[in-house]
Amino acid sequence: MKSDRYSLWLAALLFLVVVLAALSVLAGKIWFSPADAWRALLDGSPDLGGVIVRELRAPRAVLAILVGGALGLSGAALQGLLRNPLAEPGVLGISTGASLGAVLSLYYGLSAALPLALPIAGLAGAAATALLVVTLARGGGTIALILAGAAVSSFGGALVALALNLAPSPWAATEIMVWLMGSLADRSWAHVGLAAPFVIVGAALLLLSGRALDALSLGEATAESLGAKLSRTRLLVVIGSALAVGAVTAVSGAIGFVGLIAGHLVRPLAGHVPSRTLPLAALAGAALVLAADIAVRLMPFGPEMKLGVVTALVGAPFFFLLILRARKVLP
Amino acid sequence: MTTLSAANLTVAVDGKTLIDGVDLIVRPGEMIAVLGPNGAGKSTLLRAMSGLITPASGSVTLDDRALSAWPARDLAAARAFLPQNAALEWPLTVERVVALGRMPLAGLWGEARGETGRAVDAALAEMDALDLKGRIATTLSGGELARVLLARAIVGDPRILIADEPLAGLDPRHQLDALKRLRTLSENGRAIVIAMHDLDLAARFATRVVLLSFGKVIANGPPRETLTAERIAEAFHVQARVGADESGAWVRLLR
Repeated sequence: MKSDRYSLWLAALLFLVVVLAALSVLAGKIWFSPADAWRALLDGSPDLGGVIVRELRAPRAVLAILVGGALGLSGAALQGLLRNPLAEPGVLGISTGASLGAVLSLYYGLSAALPLALPIAGLAGAAATALLVVTLARGGGTIALILAGAAVSSFGGALVALALNLAPSPWAATEIMVWLMGSLADRSWAHVGLAAPFVIVGAALLLLSGRALDALSLGEATAESLGAKLSRTRLLVVIGSALAVGAVTAVSGAIGFVGLIAGHLVRPLAGHVPSRTLPLAALAGAALVLAADIAVRLMPFGPEMKLGVVTALVGAPFFFLLILRARKVLP
Repeated sequence: MTTLSAANLTVAVDGKTLIDGVDLIVRPGEMIAVLGPNGAGKSTLLRAMSGLITPASGSVTLDDRALSAWPARDLAAARAFLPQNAALEWPLTVERVVALGRMPLAGLWGEARGETGRAVDAALAEMDALDLKGRIATTLSGGELARVLLARAIVGDPRILIADEPLAGLDPRHQLDALKRLRTLSENGRAIVIAMHDLDLAARFATRVVLLSFGKVIANGPPRETLTAERIAEAFHVQARVGADESGAWVRLLR
C-alpha cells in the first residue's frame, strides 16, 4: 500500500495551508512584509499595523482554516457515510438551520444589541436542526437520514425565505441577504473562540468514524459483518457535522461548495479510501477557503465580493472538470 | 469446539415469518450447502446465522454463547459473511478491498503492513486472483469481482465462513476452483455455509445439504440422502435424475 505517498500528500497540503494562512495575514488593502507582521504578532505593538495584523488578519486566517476544515471534513465524512458523491453538509440541513438561527437574530434585531447573539443563535439553530433530523430518522437507515435532512433543510429554507419576505425594512432584508452570502470580514478572536471548541470536538467525532466508513465501502451488510456499528457511525457523523459545520456557519454564514468539492479533490490522492480522505479533505477545505478569502480581499473592483459567492463561482467549474475526469472510474 | 448453532430459530420481518423454527448445527470440518427455491429464506437464514438479523424467537449461538452477546469485533474475527450481490461504493484497488477483511483483526492503529500484505497475497492466490491485485475493483468483471470478494471473506482466516451465493457470476472453471478451495478450507477445520442454486455442484462438493422451503428445513443431511428425486420435486417443483459415479454425486434436472 502506498502509504508513503499518502503521507507526502498530507505534508504537502499542510504546507499549503500554512503558506496560505501566512499570505492571508500579509495580504489585503494594506500589505505587510513578513518581518513586520511577525513583529506585530509577537511584540503586540499598539500602532495601527499591529492592530490590523493581530485583531483583524490573524483571527480571519484562523477562522478560514476552521471554516474550510470543518466543511471539507464533514463533506467527506458524509459522502463516505451516505456513499453518495453529492453529499455535503447541506444535505443534513445543518447549514440551513444555522442560517435560520442567525437570520432570526438579525430579524429581531438581537444581533444589533449583542454582537455575539448572531453566532450563538446560529449554533442553536444548527443544534435544533440536527436534533430534529436525528429524531426523524431514528431507527431508519441511510435513506431515512437523507430524506429527513432534505425535509428539514427545505423547511428551514422556507423559514429563511419567510423572514426575508416579512423583513421590517428593505434594509433589514439586505442585511439578511448579505449575511447569507457568507463572509469572514470583520470577524474577531471572539468568533474564533466561539467556533473553535465546537469545531475541534466535531472534527474528532468525524475522524473517529473513519474505520467504519472504510468498511462501508463494501456496503452496509459487509460493514456490519466486519464489526462496524452502523447506527453509532451515523450518529458520530451527524453530531460531528452538526457541531463543526453548525459552529462555522454560525460565525461565517453559508459558504457553498467547499464541503462538496474538498472530498472529491483529494479522494484520488487517498486511493479513494474514506478514512484517508478525511484528513486530506479537511486540509483541502482549509486551503480553499483561505485562498478564496484572500481573493475576495484582493479583488480590485466594485464592492467587496462575498466569500460564499466566490467559493461557489470558483468551485462549480472546478467540479465540472473533476466530473469529466472521474466519470470513467466512478462505479 | 467451534459450533455455530441455531435452535428453534424464527425470523420475522414486518410481521411476515421468513424463517420458521429452524434447528441447525454447523461444526468445524463441514461444508454446508443451503438450497431452496427463490424466497425460501436462504439469505435470511444466512444473515440470522451471521448475527446480522435479530431473531423473533429462538437463538443462534457460537461456542454456546448467543451471537448478540459477542463483542462485535470478536464475532467479526470468528465468522466472515459475504452477502449476495455485494456492492462496491468507491473505486478502491483490489488490494485495499481484500485488506478490509482484516479489519476485525487490526488493533487501534491498524495491523502491521507486512502482515496484511502477506495475508492479502495468500487470499488472492487462493482465489486465483493474484494477478488482479493492482486493479481498480470497480473495473473488474462480475466473476473477477466475485473472486476478489471471496478473497476478502477468507483473508482474516475466519473459523466460519457464511457466503450467500458466492458463485454467482463465476465461469465454470472458477466455480469448480472456488468450491474445491472452500472444501479444502473446511477439511482444514473451518466451517463453511454457502447458499447456492446449482444442485449438481452442491451434491458433489457439500458435506451436508440443508433444503429450505417456505422458511422451514425440509431436509438436512449428506447430499446423497437429501438430494433425492422426490425431495427435489417437493422443494423445487422440477423433475430430476440423481446418481453417482467416480467423480461424485450428480443431479440432472429434467423438466
